[in-house]
Amino acid sequence: MKTRMARRSGVAALAAVTLIGIAACSPPTSTSGGTSTGDAKAASATSATDLGGMAALVDQAKKEGVLNVIALPPDWANYGAIIKGFQAKYGLQVDSAQPDASSADEITAAKNLKGQSKAPDVFDLGATVANANTTMFAPYKVATFNDVPALLKDPNGLRVSDYGGYMSIGYDAGKVPAPKTVADLLKPAYKGKVALNGDPTKAGSAFSGVVMAALSQGGTADDISKGVDFFKALKTAGNFLPVDPTPATIASGQTPVVFDWDYLNVAQGKKLTGKMNWKTVVPTGAVVGGYYVQAINKAAPHPAAARLWEEYLYSDEGQNLWLKGAARPVREAAMVAAGTIDKAAYAALPKAAGTPVFLTKEQNDKANAYLTANWAKAIG
Amino acid sequence: MGALLGVLPFFAYTAIFLVIPTLIVVVGAFLDGKNRPTLGNLSALAQPQIVSAFVHSVVLSAVTAVLGAVFGALLAYAVSTASEGGLLRRMMTSLCGVLAQFGGVTLAFAFVATVGSEGFLTLWLKNIGIDLAGSTWLYEPYKGLILVYTYFQIPLMLIVFLPAVEGLRPQWREAAESLGASTWHYWRHVGGPILAPSFIGAMLLLFTNAFSAYATAAALISQGSPIIPLQIGGTLSSEVILGQENIGKAMALGMVAIVAVVMTLYVVLERRTTRWLGR
Repeated sequence: MKTRMARRSGVAALAAVTLIGIAACSPPTSTSGGTSTGDAKAASATSATDLGGMAALVDQAKKEGVLNVIALPPDWANYGAIIKGFQAKYGLQVDSAQPDASSADEITAAKNLKGQSKAPDVFDLGATVANANTTMFAPYKVATFNDVPALLKDPNGLRVSDYGGYMSIGYDAGKVPAPKTVADLLKPAYKGKVALNGDPTKAGSAFSGVVMAALSQGGTADDISKGVDFFKALKTAGNFLPVDPTPATIASGQTPVVFDWDYLNVAQGKKLTGKMNWKTVVPTGAVVGGYYVQAINKAAPHPAAARLWEEYLYSDEGQNLWLKGAARPVREAAMVAAGTIDKAAYAALPKAAGTPVFLTKEQNDKANAYLTANWAKAIG
Repeated sequence: MGALLGVLPFFAYTAIFLVIPTLIVVVGAFLDGKNRPTLGNLSALAQPQIVSAFVHSVVLSAVTAVLGAVFGALLAYAVSTASEGGLLRRMMTSLCGVLAQFGGVTLAFAFVATVGSEGFLTLWLKNIGIDLAGSTWLYEPYKGLILVYTYFQIPLMLIVFLPAVEGLRPQWREAAESLGASTWHYWRHVGGPILAPSFIGAMLLLFTNAFSAYATAAALISQGSPIIPLQIGGTLSSEVILGQENIGKAMALGMVAIVAVVMTLYVVLERRTTRWLGR
């Protein structure tokens, strides 16, 4: 889902491929404790209890000493601080490879580096890529597993959503009036100004933008045709701007209204403070959630460290760190109820009124088929 | 044997950059996701959005080829009347040499910066009271792309067509005029027929040039993949719909087929031109 970053990093990706090539030539080096029986046990542990509790898990992870992560940009959802926090708390070294890689790159790296000490231990994936590669994951339930809403996890912990956000409309308040509903965007004030972050048959964020439009027009997660109709009407009104919005097009004023994840729009607003009044609104009654997914590499070279990392991410501390990056942690509801959420960071999130909608795999497939057949026609 | 050794690098080059990729495309077009033979990818080409992308691509390439050919030919004729080795002529040919290669992302951004919604021309027009800021014509295949493609088609036409125009000998015109022919008669019966094959040949070249262009369109149009190279790109880069790489290869095979037809025509015509001009 990190297409925005991935697109910018063609050169980095090429360099990474070269690196993988070099790494593939070097003999696999065994890591400390890599062959101990404890590790075999860690590799099959589906919870900390399997290893004798948190303390035992921490001990084993410390013996491994290293955690390999991949595709975690330090400025994305606050990952820089999360990695630092993990290192400080447990004294493990975190090796972060290819921070700007895409979800598909993560899977490729795991396949190419299988059996080597540099292989990624954990993944942070877009939902589609995660669903297509579940055979590569090891099931694991963190201590707080029950706090994660059932729709957002595999019942055995094969893959668990971690953080995400709601589809939102970002807009330049100095240039256009504040849209109160999605339908407002059909007004003449938005002529040639409304952009969608990518093509919905290619990019996950644009896909969710269409779902949001569908919900706002009385459609459902099962039937997104009204969303496509909305964009068709937007196009007919001359309001739809077929430019792919980037931080550059937003800063230069080319794309004054952008459908994108709220945490990206909020981050954009922060960056433009003083230059532009970039605001973010989650339309009432059309709240579409999209979450990234955590999974442990089945062939992780550091199985205990991988499991400890998951425990850290789903602890109150890890969840609040994501929240500080304007991303919504998956345990949001439970933490609000328990009063453990970072209140200041939580209050800074865009307000969302209405029950967030998450698409099931079946709904996703159905929507994809509809978009493939109708999107180009609607806006062509 | 020695001569064969000399062309070895050439064969290696074509094998790596032409033969192998083509084979990958052709073979891939007939395989499914599990590498079993199938005709499913080819029948997938009948989907309406792919058919319409093919239509868009062909129309876009044809229109810009005709526009580029007509304007480029007129320009080439104008340049050919300038003194050989003169400043104007040298300037025009080198300028066109640069502009013909000025495609892709840089060209797209040049247009966005000039006539996009925040482009300087748009802003300037706004200052004098003409507000075009809300218009999205630049991002539509039949408007924006035609303009942008024509921008590199005209210079290319000049480069490939200038030698043919230069092949017209002044004596032919003098001979025609001494027999009482008007300018119209000369072009209708002498100049036109001589230039026709190379004109059409150059036009076919422009067609394939526009047909295969990807980066310019990709930088301008991000919605709906209206032309076939963008559709192919979508099958490879989509993170929403997975596993359609081989449909992309089938589309590429379709492009190869269309280009093959055009190139066959081009070769036939080129042969004729060569004979006519006695080159």
